[in-house]
Amino acid sequence: MNDVTLTVNGKPVSGVTEPRVTLLDFLRDVAGLKGTHAGCEHGVCGACTVLIDGTAVRSCLMLAVQAEGEDIITIEGIGGSGARAGELGIIQDAFCETHGLQCGYCTPGMILAAEALLSVNTDPTEHEVREAISGNICRCTGYVQIVDAILLAAKRLGQRNDAAPSDANLV
Amino acid sequence: MKPVRFDYKRPTTIEEACGLLASDDNARILAGGQSLIPMLSMRLSRPSLLIDIAHIPELTAFVETETHIEIGTMVRQAVAQKSKLVKTHIPLLAKALGHVGHPPTRARGTVGGSVAHADPSAEIALVAATLGAEITYRVDGADEIFDASNFFIGPMLTIAPPTGCLTQLSFAKAPAVCGTGFHEVAPRKSDYALASAAAQINFAAGSGVTSIHLGIGSVGDFPERLDVDQLCGTPLDDAAIADAVHAAMQMVETVEDLHATAAYRKRVATELAIRALRDARDEISKDLINE
Repeated sequence: MNDVTLTVNGKPVSGVTEPRVTLLDFLRDVAGLKGTHAGCEHGVCGACTVLIDGTAVRSCLMLAVQAEGEDIITIEGIGGSGARAGELGIIQDAFCETHGLQCGYCTPGMILAAEALLSVNTDPTEHEVREAISGNICRCTGYVQIVDAILLAAKRLGQRNDAAPSDANLV
Repeated sequence: MKPVRFDYKRPTTIEEACGLLASDDNARILAGGQSLIPMLSMRLSRPSLLIDIAHIPELTAFVETETHIEIGTMVRQAVAQKSKLVKTHIPLLAKALGHVGHPPTRARGTVGGSVAHADPSAEIALVAATLGAEITYRVDGADEIFDASNFFIGPMLTIAPPTGCLTQLSFAKAPAVCGTGFHEVAPRKSDYALASAAAQINFAAGSGVTSIHLGIGSVGDFPERLDVDQLCGTPLDDAAIADAVHAAMQMVETVEDLHATAAYRKRVATELAIRALRDARDEISKDLINE
């Protein structure tokens, strides 16, 4: 058994775990954050996508012990913060408006992939959006509305006038 | 989808990693884990000890020498893809990296891990074999260097020493004027390719084309370099390129599986190799016109 301490959505999380436990299972079962979805569990579907230092990674393709000391953002850390705590973030809102989800299983992964893209590219092309979500499978939407959602979110993020640097990552 | 039980160690020096590797016949090195962890989850791999080499500082080195670019085994694919050194001096690798997995797997996957894993459809392994990169393993305290063009001998099989740790890949810098091409066909973007081809044509003012590198992957048990030296000194027109590739492909054995027949793979690899060479040639013409 190994001790693992990491930061999840800005808060420290510690647990004792077997080395074979993936970061995905650690987040769901030890940290109790069920928003990170277990899909294929072998790196194909992207439902388990989380951010490590702002970059999208597969939490099923990483052991919890490998994530020791890392700064992780899950879908629970994407909504509004401060005065807007409890509200949806701009990307989440855009998904609702464009019908970018139906069953919702892939959505946390899609939103985190979008977040990773928009944090480094404020004005992506449709091709860049498709490339960013190329590792995320959706069986409901046919992707068109998901791409629309991310382009809409990019537009809104660019137009808003409250973009303090600390808010740029919507943490 | 849960791995078997194993121990986990996190060495901070190469020597420590090699010691751990020698201490257990069933130990495996964990680099980025983007191929190994799925194999663990599916229990295709059942190691008793995983040696995580992500905390060995010298394995993330990125060094430019006068003639080569040396990439530490733990350099992430996303880092290599963005690297100016790779773009400038290993343009073929820069082109291929965009085809490796997708952004989240490239963020974790490593350049060296992909070569050590030796998947027959791995793009980085194909580029290494095509360009004859030097692969360095640390074995019993000494460095052993392998030529990537004959390093791969089967699916997930290389001539690497079992107790060695891959430390770096070294690519010869491409000349100032050179052209590259990379093509692959996969069922969906970022999936395992059914056929892939990489080409680089080196050019020197005064002497013309100095060497032509061509390789194909995903069609046999390992990436393979094809001999098209006969093209040196020719005008590299479409017909000559097609003839040379068809001739070189005669000897290539392709494999059949659930996804594609052997004949399909051969046909597609031939066409992709032709296109890769044409791209490389056209890049050189463009460079020369601009000059």
